[in-house]
Amino acid sequence: MGVGPSEFTWVSDLVRRESAIVLPPGKEYLVEARLLPLARAAGLAGVDAYIRAAQRPTSLAERRAIVEALTTNETSWFRDATVFASFRRDMLPRLLADRMAHRPLRIWSAAASTGQEAYSLAMLLIEELGPARRFEIIGTDIARGVLERARQGRYTQMEVNRGLPARYLVQYFQRAGTGWQVSPELQRNIQFRELNLAAPFPPGLPAFDVVFLRNVLIYFDTPTKQTTLRRVRQVMAPGGWLVLGTAETARGIDDGFELVRMGDMSAYRPVSGSAFGSASRPPTGQASGRPSVPSARSPSVPSARPSSTPPSGPSLQLSGRI
Amino acid sequence: MHAIVIDDSSAMRMILKRIVTSLGFEATLAEHGRDALDKMDAADHRFDVALIDWIMPEMDGLEFIQAVRSDPRYDDVTLMMVSTESDQSKVVRALAAGAHEYLIKPFTPDAVAEKLELLGLLDPERVTAGV
Ligand SMILES: C[S@@+](CC[C@H](N)C(=O)[O-])C[C@H]1O[C@@H](n2cnc3c(N)ncnc32)[C@H](O)[C@@H]1O
Repeated sequence: MGVGPSEFTWVSDLVRRESAIVLPPGKEYLVEARLLPLARAAGLAGVDAYIRAAQRPTSLAERRAIVEALTTNETSWFRDATVFASFRRDMLPRLLADRMAHRPLRIWSAAASTGQEAYSLAMLLIEELGPARRFEIIGTDIARGVLERARQGRYTQMEVNRGLPARYLVQYFQRAGTGWQVSPELQRNIQFRELNLAAPFPPGLPAFDVVFLRNVLIYFDTPTKQTTLRRVRQVMAPGGWLVLGTAETARGIDDGFELVRMGDMSAYRPVSGSAFGSASRPPTGQASGRPSVPSARSPSVPSARPSSTPPSGPSLQLSGRI
Repeated sequence: MHAIVIDDSSAMRMILKRIVTSLGFEATLAEHGRDALDKMDAADHRFDVALIDWIMPEMDGLEFIQAVRSDPRYDDVTLMMVSTESDQSKVVRALAAGAHEYLIKPFTPDAVAEKLELLGLLDPERVTAGV
């Protein structure tokens, strides 16, 4: 069995074109492990046979299944607890003081996986905002399977053990068979939608006060990180904040963001005027509170990608409408 | 940092010991609540956290938690129930008795680390970053 070199190259090209996820040589074992269940389910002898079947022009579903199988969906509740603690203690009061008496706070969980990040945020917000203030959370991901699970809000015992405070388990979950179901109260403020971070974002995204873009940029190459960060900037509300994974940074990748230490976490905000890529932007201290509505014309990151990167715009229409 | 692992199963004691040791704790082992109270009383240091099985002979986990909560010497010991009891009502009871956290068996090492991180007992650097 095993994955032959040309099959591996074909899969890594496909995955990179559709999701921007980079599968460098050496990841053959990953392709093998992730695609074997697909091959079995299709009644095929091995992974190579499945890949060859997926190469037929009409095998759209198989190609999509391959891309999805090669996403890594590892997540947990309140992942990196100190980040959520700082979000609550340091970031939220600033956001509430700054604005939005007039409209709901809007948060985007931009690589939502099975939904733990979005629901964790909802638990904090219900507690902090009380019933009077509304909020909206949108969770997006490229993979339909995890989105469906996120929408259902049904988790296994093993999953609720991962970082969920027991008092929230008691408050927001109901036993459902051997697993647990999140309450309608939590689901009410959350929508889960399909969105490919590596393709132009669908029109009609609202302006977000907070974007959680955590543990997904690590799978992309630098040019894709740059375009993703630039697009994210363009959907951020004035004074909005971006939160990356603890192993990720925007520094040296997109200088339209500036890093701000907030309690125990690092957050980013668009530099004032960054949308115009000005070399002479104001000192960072003056950027706060200033409306920095990014522009679609932003040339602040190189728009010409090196030829090694995949063309933008997925050929399978993996990017869903929002 | 000191942890006391309280479980009547020696296999479970060893598993938890290995996990908390890898997270930088020194571990004391006890076979039931009474044994744990004796060991805490005799120790020349304080305990940061107790990992407590529920169903045990002599003194069960809930009785242990009640005993600890009524002894001001142990005010700053963090209490985490680690039990196969998975009914919501059981979790409620343990929290009401004074448990700070509740972990349902079976669990992975990551789950223990993440709970300890939630409780502020862990250097975030030590939590394995599985992405
Ligand atoms: C490791 S999970 C991170 C989940 C959560 N944000 C966290 O930090 O725990 C990464 C997620 O990114 C998604 N993903 C990968 N490439 C993507 C893309 N191009 N567009 C949108 N989502 C993508 C994967 O499907 C996966 O669910």
